[in-house]
Amino acid sequence: MALLKVTNLSKSFGGLRAVSSFNIDIDQGELVGLIGPNGAGKTTAFNLLTGVYDPTEGEIMFDGKSVVGLKPYQITQRGVARTFQNIRLFSELSVLDNVKIAYHFHVKYGLLETVFRLGRYFGEEEDLDKKALRFLEIFQLAHRKDEIAKNLPYGEQRRLEIARALAAQPKLLLLDEPAAGMNPQETQQLMDMIRWIRKEFGLTILLIEHDMSLVMGVCERIYVLDYGSIIAQGTPTEIKNNPRVIEAYLGEEVH
Amino acid sequence: MTGMRQKTKNDLLMLAAGIVIYAVVQTLISVGFIQDYWERNIVYVCINIILATSLNLINGITGQFSIGHAGFMAVGAYVGAIMTVKFGLPLAGGIVAGALGAAVLGFIIGLPTLRLTGDYLAIATLGLGEIIRITILNIPYVGGASGFMGIPKLTNFTWAFFMMLFVLFFIKNFVNSTHGRACVSIRENEIAAEAMGIDTTKYKVMAFTLGAAFAGVAGALFSHYTYIAHPASFTFMRSFDILTMVVLGGLGSMSGSIVGAIFFTWVSAFFAEWPEWRMVIYSLLLIILMLFRPQGLFGNKELSLKMFGRLTGGERRGTAQGN
Ligand SMILES: Nc1ncnc2c1ncn2[C@@H]1O[C@H](COP(=O)(O)OP(=O)(O)OP(=O)(O)O)[C@@H](O)[C@H]1O
Ligand SMILES: [Mg+2]
Repeated sequence: MALLKVTNLSKSFGGLRAVSSFNIDIDQGELVGLIGPNGAGKTTAFNLLTGVYDPTEGEIMFDGKSVVGLKPYQITQRGVARTFQNIRLFSELSVLDNVKIAYHFHVKYGLLETVFRLGRYFGEEEDLDKKALRFLEIFQLAHRKDEIAKNLPYGEQRRLEIARALAAQPKLLLLDEPAAGMNPQETQQLMDMIRWIRKEFGLTILLIEHDMSLVMGVCERIYVLDYGSIIAQGTPTEIKNNPRVIEAYLGEEVH
Repeated sequence: MTGMRQKTKNDLLMLAAGIVIYAVVQTLISVGFIQDYWERNIVYVCINIILATSLNLINGITGQFSIGHAGFMAVGAYVGAIMTVKFGLPLAGGIVAGALGAAVLGFIIGLPTLRLTGDYLAIATLGLGEIIRITILNIPYVGGASGFMGIPKLTNFTWAFFMMLFVLFFIKNFVNSTHGRACVSIRENEIAAEAMGIDTTKYKVMAFTLGAAFAGVAGALFSHYTYIAHPASFTFMRSFDILTMVVLGGLGSMSGSIVGAIFFTWVSAFFAEWPEWRMVIYSLLLIILMLFRPQGLFGNKELSLKMFGRLTGGERRGTAQGN
């Protein structure tokens, strides 16, 4: 059964159809790419999947249930986490706190335990610190844990965003241009990390990316979006040789 | 285990410091060394600390710019007085009822208004604060425009101080928990907070309701100290005063709110005879602050035992002050 099944999804902003008749199917454990020219509607598609926008039409089934009309936090709690194209960290907070916040909805101690520091408070807080640190280690950010997030270099901010999204323990991870602004070496490292977390956590990943070497290198399957609609899908090799895709990228390098 | 021991140790140290301060001041009051003027302003310091730290929970920690705090203080003042005067309850009953009344109103007001952001929220809360005051003004049962008179003077330094201590510990523990971090994440980036699974509406309303409840506590303490609850005590000027304390100290910093409240209370006391100058001074202070230290005295940092530890060369432990 598909983990994510999107049928006929559309979104209009006034007269502009940013996404129209968008259909995708993603199985548990897949690593899928979503590419397309600037303004094709990729980020809008993510915003629809995560409840930031309500679709004009269409259905989104996640894990067998519709998530249309749910609020973003409810969709996250169902098991979809994301990163943002324009980094959205909790910029004045420490790197560690950024990750700890993502655990919020897994924390069980209540308000009374909080205020009177009873019961599960200490145990869970300590557990949180440990788990959050573990994620930072995976992303080679452990030595930065006390740093204020906005002071990190750009590449590390991107990695922190992924670490934070993972800490929410999603089934499906949506990455919006995770390599944007990274140098080739950082991009290479990121590719390795993405492959590794997918295996380690049994994740399903859908990623938007302009860096073709990353998409072609890491994704098993790719969807191509143009003017809001999916115009092609297939393996990296199929996509590279698809005439419609080449046309959509008119003149742009696909390799 | 170390985290737990450290936190508990810090709490006990702070509690001990609080009790020492209390013992010293109470002794000085008992022997008559601290009298009228000083005693009154010390009680006002406690009340203002409650007001400032509770507004900071809404404005500084959660980032929702509310400027109607005097309205909730008024509800606490009147509901508390009704309980003691009309129903003969003791002060404790008045405080609890005042807090509950303000909390209920905070919840009812917060639910729709917290959809608004920034300037709109500020204007809405300002307006609602005034609506509360004008409503009270028109209720003969509580004295209308001439005020609610004949309230017994039940508040004393002990009550004010321990209520303040309770509120401070409550807010501090709240902030240093997953619930507090949820509030902070809303201030930092609401969209990201939602994307991390945080019910932002719930936490905004929670912070607003808690803040209102504590303003209610301050109101009940206040009306039982001044014999009278008068609508003129709860105009938007009072809201503005509380906001000034918070901004002076640094939005988001509890220590800042405490220092801001102490400073403000004594400056006000000093200028009590020249009320028109008081406003000039505050306006000047705020302008100077905005020019040279827009983040307030403390920024959003906390004064902590860790800081003292660092000064005295003690062990420096991990995370940033976790506000
Ligand atoms: N909130 C909005 N209101 C109006 N128009 C919008 C809104 N969000 C996106 N759009 C428009 O929808 C179209 C698709 O935008 P989107 O950001 O989804 O593209 P994209 O594929 O992510 O592009 P890029 O590669 O540049 O990130 C664009 O024309 C954009 O201007
Ligand atoms: Mg985009």
